[in-house]
Amino acid sequence: MKPLAWTTCAAMLLSLYGVFLFAPTEATMGEVQRIFYFHVSSAWVSFLGIFFVFVYSVRFLSKRDRELDTKALAAAEVGSVFATIVMITGPLWAKPVWGIWWTWDARLTSAFVLWLIYLGYLMLRRLVESPEQRARLSAVFGVLGAVDAPIVYMSNRWFRTQHPSPVIAGGEGSGLNTEMRMVLYFTFLALVLLFVYLWRMRYELEHAQEDLESLQRQARLQEAL
Amino acid sequence: MTFFRQTGAIFWKDLLTEYRTKDSLTSMLMFGLLVILMFHFAFEPDSLETERYGPGLLWMTFIFAGILGMNRAFASERENDSLQALKLAPVSWGAIYLGKMLANLLFMLLAEAVMLACFTVFFNFDLIPRLGWMSAIVLLGTLGFASVGTILAAVSMNTRMNDVMLPVLLLPIALPVVIGAVESTSAIFTDPPGEALGFWVKFLVVFNIVFVTLPLLLFEYVLEE
Repeated sequence: MKPLAWTTCAAMLLSLYGVFLFAPTEATMGEVQRIFYFHVSSAWVSFLGIFFVFVYSVRFLSKRDRELDTKALAAAEVGSVFATIVMITGPLWAKPVWGIWWTWDARLTSAFVLWLIYLGYLMLRRLVESPEQRARLSAVFGVLGAVDAPIVYMSNRWFRTQHPSPVIAGGEGSGLNTEMRMVLYFTFLALVLLFVYLWRMRYELEHAQEDLESLQRQARLQEAL
Repeated sequence: MTFFRQTGAIFWKDLLTEYRTKDSLTSMLMFGLLVILMFHFAFEPDSLETERYGPGLLWMTFIFAGILGMNRAFASERENDSLQALKLAPVSWGAIYLGKMLANLLFMLLAEAVMLACFTVFFNFDLIPRLGWMSAIVLLGTLGFASVGTILAAVSMNTRMNDVMLPVLLLPIALPVVIGAVESTSAIFTDPPGEALGFWVKFLVVFNIVFVTLPLLLFEYVLEE
């Protein structure tokens, strides 16, 4: 845990340096464009999160190990945080650049839908009483949601595309200057590390909570005796 | 009994209960008629606006009426506490899913046929020359919605606040269906049909292949105890 924490910390600091000092200022958008590095990286990480949910949900359904369910839960919670960051930084960037808070652009809409899928998943978990049933049902929804997320993304991209084509993996005429690309990829890497770190923290917290509950139960039992 | 005979038996059971109670159909139809009434007063659309907003409104009505129907999908099992008996029946759980899904599909299609007729009358939709394409699109769109809806109805059946949970889980997942259906419906309302038609119909077919197979595989995990 310790080395991961330090690496994450160093990577985050380095990416801050990259975003604010190393990357050149964008010609038309100016300083505000620097939010792009965090915004885009968070969006990628939120997709990584739903991928984790998918993998651990499938593995839970085949192996029935509660551990795997806890990992899926942790991925959903941390992923939803990154999805929320996307939802906040998006309008913050859009307002000064496009003059509007929100547009029903393909990527914005799919980020929004992904966020709703995360919220649905977390809400579902709160509303199912028995832990065993909660794990099963949320795994089923996790699989459906994760398979749906890329379809939502593609359908939005094809839906009356009126906005600039994606900058990364777009078509011809899109692309970033080399330094910007380096900073973007590095920020992404830093956020992936942060995601993994938070994810591990979260499921260890869940373990600690379970241990605590079983200890409390034992203590109560002993008291009764 | 083969898988298809089993599916047929479940399908027939649901059809018979619906024929005797008419719960789903009446609720969907009443809802549809009320939306048409509200639509008129909310927008007072002229013929051009009907053409512009009609396809979207039509699908909004279908989807929300469909949610009402889906909420009833497992209602009889829940109210009569007969889910246990259904699970004990010597049928594969995939057949339970498929039978129920086909029943839901049929109820939705019946309700939609009436709603579509009402739209034609109330808003002068020029439907007759487009009936072939329209039926194909309604069938494809409703199939995708019903297949995801049936499994998520079974998931939300096990939660507190199940009638709220269903739309929360279903609508984000069903979004690609809505996009595909609305886009292809809009395409047939232009003369000649827009080029997008073929593309979105294929898209709906692909979505259906994925989202009929996936629930078939996952449904047993929902019913399990």
